[in-house]
Amino acid sequence: MSTLILRTATRMLTALLLLVSVYLLWRGHNEPGGGFVGGLTAAAAFILVAISDGWQAARRSLGIDARLLALIGLGLAAFAGLVAGLLGLPLLTGLWWKQAGLPLGTPLLFDIGVYLAVMGSVLTVAFAIEREV
Amino acid sequence: MEPYLAVVIGLLVAAAVYLMTDRHMVRMLFGVALLGTAVNLVVFVSGDVLRGLPPLIAVDATTPNGEVANALPQALVLTAIVIGFGLFSFALALVFKTAQRFGTADVDQLGAAEPTADSKFSPVDGSKDGAAERKRAA
Amino acid sequence: MTWLVVAPILFPLLGAILAALLGRRRVLARGVAVAVCIGMTVSAVALLVQVWNHGMVTMAVGNWAAPFGIVLAADHLSAVLTVITGITGLAVAVYAVADIDRLREARGYHALFLVLLAGVNGAFLTGDLFNLYVWFEVMLIASFGMVALGRTRAELDGAMRYLALNIVATLMFLLAIALLFGSTGTLNLAHLHVIVSSGQAEGAVLAAGLLLAVAFGMKAAVFPLFFWLPASYHTPAFAVSAIFAGLLTKVGVYALIRVFTLVFADQDGFVQTLFWPVAAATMVVGVLGAASQTEIRKILSFHIVSQIGYMLVGLALLTPIAVTAAVFYLIHHIVVKANLFLVAGVIHRYCRTNDLALTGGLVRRAPWLAVLFLVPALSLAGIPPLSGFWAKLLIVQASLDAADLAMAAVALVVGLFTIFSMIKIWNEAFWKAPPDGAVAVTPSRRDLRFLCAPVAMLAVLTICVGLGAGPAFDLAQRASAELLDPRSYARAILGDFMVLTSNEPLGAPR
Repeated sequence: MSTLILRTATRMLTALLLLVSVYLLWRGHNEPGGGFVGGLTAAAAFILVAISDGWQAARRSLGIDARLLALIGLGLAAFAGLVAGLLGLPLLTGLWWKQAGLPLGTPLLFDIGVYLAVMGSVLTVAFAIEREV
Repeated sequence: MEPYLAVVIGLLVAAAVYLMTDRHMVRMLFGVALLGTAVNLVVFVSGDVLRGLPPLIAVDATTPNGEVANALPQALVLTAIVIGFGLFSFALALVFKTAQRFGTADVDQLGAAEPTADSKFSPVDGSKDGAAERKRAA
Repeated sequence: MTWLVVAPILFPLLGAILAALLGRRRVLARGVAVAVCIGMTVSAVALLVQVWNHGMVTMAVGNWAAPFGIVLAADHLSAVLTVITGITGLAVAVYAVADIDRLREARGYHALFLVLLAGVNGAFLTGDLFNLYVWFEVMLIASFGMVALGRTRAELDGAMRYLALNIVATLMFLLAIALLFGSTGTLNLAHLHVIVSSGQAEGAVLAAGLLLAVAFGMKAAVFPLFFWLPASYHTPAFAVSAIFAGLLTKVGVYALIRVFTLVFADQDGFVQTLFWPVAAATMVVGVLGAASQTEIRKILSFHIVSQIGYMLVGLALLTPIAVTAAVFYLIHHIVVKANLFLVAGVIHRYCRTNDLALTGGLVRRAPWLAVLFLVPALSLAGIPPLSGFWAKLLIVQASLDAADLAMAAVALVVGLFTIFSMIKIWNEAFWKAPPDGAVAVTPSRRDLRFLCAPVAMLAVLTICVGLGAGPAFDLAQRASAELLDPRSYARAILGDFMVLTSNEPLGAPR
């Protein structure tokens, strides 16, 4: 599967895909996009690395156990939902912090959690299938 | 648009039912997946299918401009697709494991949970060697 | 206080993340499971107390008011079911310490178990139809994982049977949601009640109702749709099959009761006509199936089916006392059935099999186990003063009150057959001399402690519900009164919006 063309293209494409995935995550609150597609795109970037340079390389470049990544994402999303409880608001209420001129807040945190969870779980499945087949 | 989709849904269901009657697990699962697609389409249609009218609200407005499609079913479909994808991949992995371990993915031949006459293998209580079954026969 | 309604969902959900993070540190993961179940039970009891004293507790998730956002709501029925879920979960979590082997633990048993509990509680507490679907799926994915955990041949085969029918059931559910949304434009259960009962809905509402009956009926294992249950519940580990037997089918029954007393409340006789034959046939077929089996867990699986029939009598008659009886039965049955599956696991420890032909002599080898078996078995069969007696008495009483002699007769005869099955297990496993070649092993003291403590706890609970039937009956009666007054439920959830919807017809969805 691995050819010179693929390997060269992968280097650029991976960076591009990761960039696009973060962009999708960022615009997701008000426009099409969001943590889910973002996470899928990011996972696709690593699967592309796996196809061109092998699964070991993909695992190395991820740098963290995919399962752990998914769990961290879940934890982040859960945390974002719980923050509202400190202010006596219902679960998952969106809280915004706009002082810095950027629309930061718990919805963004939740989306980042989703991003990591999706990316982690898709990669967990992909790595597991590779081990089996 | 809806009548065409109705026909497509009907065809999908027909194909799904045909596949689901198969004794082979993989074909059965493909049937289930097709049925899932058909149902997702029904959810999609329930919110009205309007071409090129996304339910987006302009920056300075509070309501969408003119007629738009109902966005909720699309969100529901997305959720259902994700869940369906999860279930389907799990089921495929299960079939794969089964076939790899026991050399068959045919429900009749596997028959460990509900032994029939032509099962290759039939312990009553899931014990590994079928001792219980042989004991009963003797 | 409104956070009480999410606590029984949040505890297991966060616990599942923690248990998954702990991974192979098995002892810690077990500790998390037990601790989470304790926390869940305590919070559920607090929720029940709150509901008992101050009425329904609701929370609009994300602060989006109903019917636009998802609402979580706890009335008496939901609250008491989360309490029972907590207690049963605790019993199984302790039992699992000795029952679940290293391999299954490494594959994430504890995390899956907690996700399952979160799904069950979520299904009990949600007030939104699509959210109910999501919790069903959460439950389903966790249960798929659990049923196939050991990867033995029987487990994988059982898992396939379980999986195939359950996926079809959830697709039916989704289809019903699509039809209901298409014809009413809402997914909030309370709002659905308002729109459907005021005749504002256009389109296939009753078709959606039938689809929901099929979908939940498949989950609950009612008469024509129960085949998957006895085909798969006897294959997984005992702790797994106990939690399945106790809770999963009951979530189906809960969903049937909730939807058909709320959304389809005012459909003159639709619910009764639909569920009368289903209830009667489920009772009879289940008990006859059990009579022909010789494997303990298969007998018990068929009895789940027959007992589900008793609970459906509530919907078949739909009188206040019938619904009270159904709620009482639901509470009683979760505890007793989970307990019997746990006992089956202990018997397996002593005899290495659950085949009645190969067991025997347990009354001498483990007399206390015999007592622990007799309590839930007699309760299931309906012997006074145990909880099952009152549950069956209420069912018969409800049938007689409704001048429905046929249903009363069916309930009594099926009860008789239940006694027969329980006596069969007693005779074969405990009373008769062990057959030639029967295996006789004695589990270690440590294992026995973990296996029998939860069994004893549930048995004591059965006795308590039996002796203190008064408070339990009051609770069931309150739950039934609420269920039969869907307008109050809708008002509690919709608030001011209720006035808006009932005065002027809401526009069609498009």
